[in-house]
Amino acid sequence: MPITFRDKTYEIKPGITARDAIKKIGMEPEAVLVIVNGKLVTDDVVLRDGDQVKLVAVVSGGGSA
Amino acid sequence: MKCRKCNTNAVINMRHHKLALCGEHYGEWFLAQTDRAIEKYKMFKRDERVLVAVSGGKDSLSLWDALLWLGYPADGLYIGLGINAPAPYSDVSLDKTRQFVNSEQWAVNSGADSQFAIRNFVPTLHVVDVQETYGRTIPQIAQEKNRGHGKPCSSCGLTKRYVMNRLALEKGYTVLATGHNLDDEAAVLFQNTLRWQTQYLARQAPTLPASREGLIKKVKPFVRFYERETATYALVRGIDYIYDECPHAVGNLTNFYKTLLNQLEANSPGAKLSFYLEFLRARGEGVFEGFNREETLHACQVCGQPTTAPGKCAFCRMWDVGSVVQ
Repeated sequence: MPITFRDKTYEIKPGITARDAIKKIGMEPEAVLVIVNGKLVTDDVVLRDGDQVKLVAVVSGGGSA
Repeated sequence: MKCRKCNTNAVINMRHHKLALCGEHYGEWFLAQTDRAIEKYKMFKRDERVLVAVSGGKDSLSLWDALLWLGYPADGLYIGLGINAPAPYSDVSLDKTRQFVNSEQWAVNSGADSQFAIRNFVPTLHVVDVQETYGRTIPQIAQEKNRGHGKPCSSCGLTKRYVMNRLALEKGYTVLATGHNLDDEAAVLFQNTLRWQTQYLARQAPTLPASREGLIKKVKPFVRFYERETATYALVRGIDYIYDECPHAVGNLTNFYKTLLNQLEANSPGAKLSFYLEFLRARGEGVFEGFNREETLHACQVCGQPTTAPGKCAFCRMWDVGSVVQ
């Protein structure tokens, strides 16, 4: 199943938690939020085949003034 | 995971607080925590004129939204930096900021049935375009002056601090609020601790009073929120912010320290929070007092703003402001 982050797409096998999926693709769970089928969810949610999964980086904007 | 308050699906699990909440209860919690921080760190009172520095990002737009929702008459200041390559970062961030203020999302927030309602207050967005005002964009001035080892960040920081301070004072605001979150503060603290920059440590605080004439009071109401918490608030509230980072911030040292601290946090929930709050406790006990040197300030001979060295201030030197005037 595809997981999108910015302009990239990653393929992950369903049946694992979003947190494990984030780690599998080499990202830090603290650094992203998870949106499944258009809804913001906690990262303990188990991803099912057919889910639309999008990760949103929590870092945005510019540097500190 | 379920919301602790209503048992519906949670949108966030804050392991450091052992608290999971749904969107509705998270919004309430977030606003209450913001108000608590404003009071705890003596940031401002309800009748003060607050200017929020807005960038179009999640932190600053969420801060503006939260302050309006809480009943503070807060206006916004956007500084157009002219960072539009390789992507139109500045143009998009200004669009997001204008969308926010024009959407009147804040007006819905402060509806008549809200206990926090602001009566008859319409927030103003001040826009200062650096190229229009000073003749060049931030990348252009950084390249021209060869500052920052190929990165415009130091030129950008100097310009933003100057413009924010000057406009806030000229327009009669009593306090300038920025959207710095706990991850920002912990990363700076980590950097300054690694180098034992004691003078910087002595000056790092949620509230910097207007201790000298010509300097606006600066506050950071989001210092107790993790970055993921401000992002969650923005998503829950439906705030359309710029998702991308500034192209010049990608891969910078602050982000590297944020990554290290997030790895620590993953194994030890609450590590970032205790690192920062214990620093504030130590600072409050006077641990860094001896390092806070009181510098003599002079009025810049060109703009009149406070500066540590006699003559022109760093801003006027960088932008050649005096030579333009003369």
